[in-house]
Amino acid sequence: MAAVPTTATAATGAAAPGRAGWLRGRYLTVIVLAAWVALWALLRGRDTLALGGAELTPLHTRLSEGMDAIDAGRNSNPLFLYFINYIRLFIDESVTFVQALISRPSFGRPVPVIGWLGVTGIATAVALLYGNRRTALLTAAGFASFGLLGLWEESMDTLALTLTAVVLALAVGIPLGVWAGLSDRVNRFLTPVLDFMQTMPTFVYLAPLTLFFLIGPASGTVATMIYATPPVIRITAHGIREIPVSTLEASTSLGSTRAQALRKVRLPLAKRTIIVGANQTIMAALSMVTIAALIDAPGLGKTVLKALQTLDVGTAFNAGLAIVIMAIVLDRVTSAAGRRVEAERRSGRARGTRARRIEAGLVLAATAVLVYLSHVYVWAAEFPGGAGLGSYVKQGAGAASQWAQDTLVTYTDALKNLITYGLLNPFQSLLAGSPWWLVALVVVALALLLAGARAAIVAGVSLVLLVLLGLWHDSMVTLATTLVATLIVMVLGVVAGVWMGRSARVDQVLRPVLDAGQTMPAFVYLVPILGLFGATRFTAIIAAVAFAAPVSIKLVAEAVRGVSPTAVEAATAGGSSTWQLIAKVQLPMARAGITLAASQGLIYVLSMVVIGGLVGAGALGYDVVAGFSQYQLRGKGLAAGLAIVVLGIMLDRIMRAAAQRAAARPAPH
Amino acid sequence: MAAPSLTAKSSPPATAPGADDPPILDVRGLWKVFGPRADRVVGTPLAELSRTELKQRTGCVAAVRDVSFSVRRGEVFVVMGLSGSGKSTLVRCLTRLVEPTAGQVRLDDEDVLGCGERRLRELRRHRFGMVFQHFGLLPHRRVLDNVAYGLEIRGTKKDDRYERAREVLELVGLAGFEGSFPDQLSGGMQQRVGLARALAVDPEVLFFDEPFSALDPLIRREMQNEVIRLHREVGKTMIFITHDLSEALKLGDRILIMRDGALVQMGTPDQVVGAPADDYVRDFVSDVPKSDVLTLPWIMRDPRPGEPLDGPELAPDTVIRDAARTVLSAGRPVKVVSGGALLGVVTTAEILEVIAGPDPDTTQDTTPDAASDPDPDGPDPVATDRDEDGRS
Amino acid sequence: MAVSWIAGLRACAVVAGAALLLSGCGGAKVGEDTGAQASGDGGGKSACGTFNLAVNPWVGYEANAAVIAHVAEKELGCNVVKKDLKEEVAWQGFATGEVDAIVENWGHEDLKKKYIDEQKVAVAVGPTGNKGVIGWFVPPWMAEKYPDITDWKNLNKYADLFKTSESGGKGQLLDGDPSFVTNDEALVKNLKLDFKVVYAGSEAALITAFRQAEKQKTPLIGYFYDPQWFMSEVKLVKVDLPEWTEGCDADAAKVACDYPVYDLDKIVSKKFADSGSPAYELVKNFNWTNDDQNVVSKYISEDGMTAEQAAEKWVADNPDKIKAWLPAAAG
Repeated sequence: MAAVPTTATAATGAAAPGRAGWLRGRYLTVIVLAAWVALWALLRGRDTLALGGAELTPLHTRLSEGMDAIDAGRNSNPLFLYFINYIRLFIDESVTFVQALISRPSFGRPVPVIGWLGVTGIATAVALLYGNRRTALLTAAGFASFGLLGLWEESMDTLALTLTAVVLALAVGIPLGVWAGLSDRVNRFLTPVLDFMQTMPTFVYLAPLTLFFLIGPASGTVATMIYATPPVIRITAHGIREIPVSTLEASTSLGSTRAQALRKVRLPLAKRTIIVGANQTIMAALSMVTIAALIDAPGLGKTVLKALQTLDVGTAFNAGLAIVIMAIVLDRVTSAAGRRVEAERRSGRARGTRARRIEAGLVLAATAVLVYLSHVYVWAAEFPGGAGLGSYVKQGAGAASQWAQDTLVTYTDALKNLITYGLLNPFQSLLAGSPWWLVALVVVALALLLAGARAAIVAGVSLVLLVLLGLWHDSMVTLATTLVATLIVMVLGVVAGVWMGRSARVDQVLRPVLDAGQTMPAFVYLVPILGLFGATRFTAIIAAVAFAAPVSIKLVAEAVRGVSPTAVEAATAGGSSTWQLIAKVQLPMARAGITLAASQGLIYVLSMVVIGGLVGAGALGYDVVAGFSQYQLRGKGLAAGLAIVVLGIMLDRIMRAAAQRAAARPAPH
Repeated sequence: MAAPSLTAKSSPPATAPGADDPPILDVRGLWKVFGPRADRVVGTPLAELSRTELKQRTGCVAAVRDVSFSVRRGEVFVVMGLSGSGKSTLVRCLTRLVEPTAGQVRLDDEDVLGCGERRLRELRRHRFGMVFQHFGLLPHRRVLDNVAYGLEIRGTKKDDRYERAREVLELVGLAGFEGSFPDQLSGGMQQRVGLARALAVDPEVLFFDEPFSALDPLIRREMQNEVIRLHREVGKTMIFITHDLSEALKLGDRILIMRDGALVQMGTPDQVVGAPADDYVRDFVSDVPKSDVLTLPWIMRDPRPGEPLDGPELAPDTVIRDAARTVLSAGRPVKVVSGGALLGVVTTAEILEVIAGPDPDTTQDTTPDAASDPDPDGPDPVATDRDEDGRS
Repeated sequence: MAVSWIAGLRACAVVAGAALLLSGCGGAKVGEDTGAQASGDGGGKSACGTFNLAVNPWVGYEANAAVIAHVAEKELGCNVVKKDLKEEVAWQGFATGEVDAIVENWGHEDLKKKYIDEQKVAVAVGPTGNKGVIGWFVPPWMAEKYPDITDWKNLNKYADLFKTSESGGKGQLLDGDPSFVTNDEALVKNLKLDFKVVYAGSEAALITAFRQAEKQKTPLIGYFYDPQWFMSEVKLVKVDLPEWTEGCDADAAKVACDYPVYDLDKIVSKKFADSGSPAYELVKNFNWTNDDQNVVSKYISEDGMTAEQAAEKWVADNPDKIKAWLPAAAG
């Protein structure tokens, strides 16, 4: 895809970067950096393009006016009147229908059609039939815990909205993914669009969305879909693309049409990958629960937000725990389903064996009975007993948060100061305190040296866009915070990832913790970390690291585990110590995975910029939050959102090109 | 020439079946160039460049360079070459899995390259079959459904296609494995499934793209014998790609040797072994025991005056190895006779030269190894294409 | 295959049998004991219909909304739909017809201009009786230790105290919830204060900062407002800026005076106002004091009641105030 045209390669002479060329590149990099520091010392504070919190540029005003114009045209434009209106109706009806089934009193009944017992039964049956016994047990326990935490109805609301959003996202995403998998052109077109959808902060389009889809479930669903559809599109496209050529050739040689090849070869072979995509989409959808609650989407997110108003950490944690449990259950069930597809394929166990039919029959019958009971009897419809577990969780979490804030604050304050004064402030001062043109020159030069001409062009264009958006200074402050956070993420990622990749036991212990870090809404732990680190950029970094490190750690662990056992064996036989083994074999051989971990970590950190804005990071994150909250700042909020997208795309492209280049070069010793 | 040499007195008999019928597949001037603006290479001076030069000048790679040959009905035609020689691309060009850059491919009288998409699909569904190196089986389907796949996509009813698939599975010796999945079978068995899948549609021409190179040697030999057996039983025209000379010699009625995309030599196995077109081929065949491949006409000579001509008689298509015992025990020249006419005689000296190398006393200053002896008088290969020294 | 189906059927039968046994001792059935309640719900006062009440995300607002909702449901028989929304989205709801009332509005002149004056989809229906005070506050321990800190003129004297890792060598003025328009950057500049505005970014961040500052006795000055439930936990002390006079804040860039005291008011949609709904009368008549609101807020934030429970308790304790809000006909 990213094939460099041969002429360009020949022209830059980068076709075979030998050791000498590499060294020269390294010297040049050092020279560029030294020149930057020297010029910064001379020119600091000049041309920094700083813009005050409430100040606007003409572009921001125009963006506001543009948003107004769309608003004004809403009632006369046939697109809105028919198209969007019907989509909204459809989505609303879908969510309401699922809610009527499982979460809301409906059809003249004081309770939903299916009570807790029935829903738990159905979920367990699905886990059993598509996954395995262990996941079924986990599912049953998970659903029961929603009741025990005292959050049955809220959990079901969240489940209803998430499921609807996921089903729609898959209905849109899988065909698009297949298309992108088949056509390079479509893929090239979709990639930046998906980048945009994933990095544009939700806060930016949340309010305008309610103009089109109105307040309530439809807007919440659409917002969730915008964020959650890209993974399934990307992963499906990847799955369709990676089908072995020989299999496809065999099918073609027998005279199959494109449609036949798709239906009979590509789709069945890509099934497992597509399930992985669906899994990612579910996870992404769940991470939107709290944000969607800002526009009245029902469910656990509301509980979290309400609790945040009174800084009630216990209640917020309780609801956050329910979200984590739901995420873990859905993740394990879809992963097990994916593995089952693979296992059935490998073992050749046909779907229709006798034992399997009996099992399915039993399970379905038992489920039907549970559903019937929960429809008819009160004890099976409404979760019996109070929220015993819930109140313990609330008290425990509240007390723990209080204790931490009271006793740890001296140490955490010292840590905050160390990182802020030692790393963040100097770096920020270099980025945001230099004249904008100097930073732009340095970045373009570094991109050219480390990643090649293409990346340098992307960087140049991106930087000019940041200037045009009127948010140069804020972008640089955000960039500094982002890079420091990514650095911490990578340090954690490599340390914990190697540990996890080398030991199955560590993996077993760490994995649920990482899952929790990834799916626990940041709003839940904002209060304790604010108490510990104050309203500072460092708090924002902590929040970003909590969210991004799990992904990087998992990817590094995966890469370390993927190192060929033969190489490890050979090194061990040669008498390497553990450290030598890690440093000289496992890490270098896992380089591709570590690069991926870095770029994913960066994207995840960027997606927390707005949350950072809520806890004192200021800059772009605050601009977005303020734009969401203040009418006259909405244009600036949109511009800040765009700036985040630009930063994301720029960093991603530079990192990827640099990694490619590094991979093409013989490893330095 | 005093010393006996590997010089045939006449062209060895070309005994390929149906030699005089019109060919089933006729290939003329076929080119495949990969790379930017590949269509601007053929027919220009660029086409004369070696592969390396072309690559440097234009960034294009000529995978197949001006190859012509024809395949007779019922023949096993082997294309042989090392990896990168273009043989796999060549065979894909024939069924247009890879679209050729230039040239002509005719199946009977039909222009394959001129077919529309629909017609091409018809050809693939009914007249071509192909077996692949990595099998290309569908892992999510049972063996039976894999074999029936070709019938399924051309719309055969379920019962009919299963019946046919069972038949073919029986033919390749896989009866009883209908319900298995490919992953449960060994490599050799998987390739039998691939073979059955190709046979199921009852094609006229079967293409084999290095089908056995992924198998271990014992299984490979077994599969080769299987192909020979099948060829005898179903009599299909087969085009067989391999990088293994012994496989080529064993299976092929005729062999086409490729190097760097171009044809180097084409001929029967004994032509290739007995009269290599150039050093490249000679190198290739140097390890082949000639006595196993060559027939008597390759070593016989005219009877010398006074030689006794009352020895045993042998037919001209006898392989040297099989004649050795007779000649060595006869104690006098053995006559090579065809239809009552005396073609020549063979004595112990000729047999020993092939098996043990030339007698150092009787050879003058020629190299001791007969196999590497330049052989200007050898039977002309059907076609030669001396290639530029672009071995890189 | 047939065999396996029979086996499946047999399994079904076994389970169904078990189910029958279970249902024999199944307990109360859904709907059995709810009949009376159901008929009571619809009773007589359906004239009100559905009342869409926006709930903005702070506790004081929730107190207003909970009390109004409680009265509307219990006294007027309305079907109250509460919608949890940020302010701007709530105002937008007037235009799309999804929101009937906002019951605690802090200023928002720009939104008033757009939706009341220009689009004419909303109308202001008078004050809630609450006074909104915005300004700069310090934790009580500071006011005690440095009594003169409450005068802005002395702030520069203490600027060093307020230095943090975020403020770049100056004193830090912690600004707040992005929902509120602040003049703080201009104020710092125009009053020539040696301070830097740092954006906390959320109410939670502000409150946590003040809570920790009081508890750990660390210096802090920041933007805050009253009525706010946190004030009953920690009584922050306001710093006096130059007094507000009419028009002193007309030019946002040149502001050098304190924030005005806001008369918090109620906004309803035009449609709702014209509907003749008794709920409209209720909203129009609603009026209470800061103390009233603080009581309900305290129930919610400190006593851990739900908004509904808090409203019920307050309404039960204050029947006279309620009576005054009810439409003449219903009273």
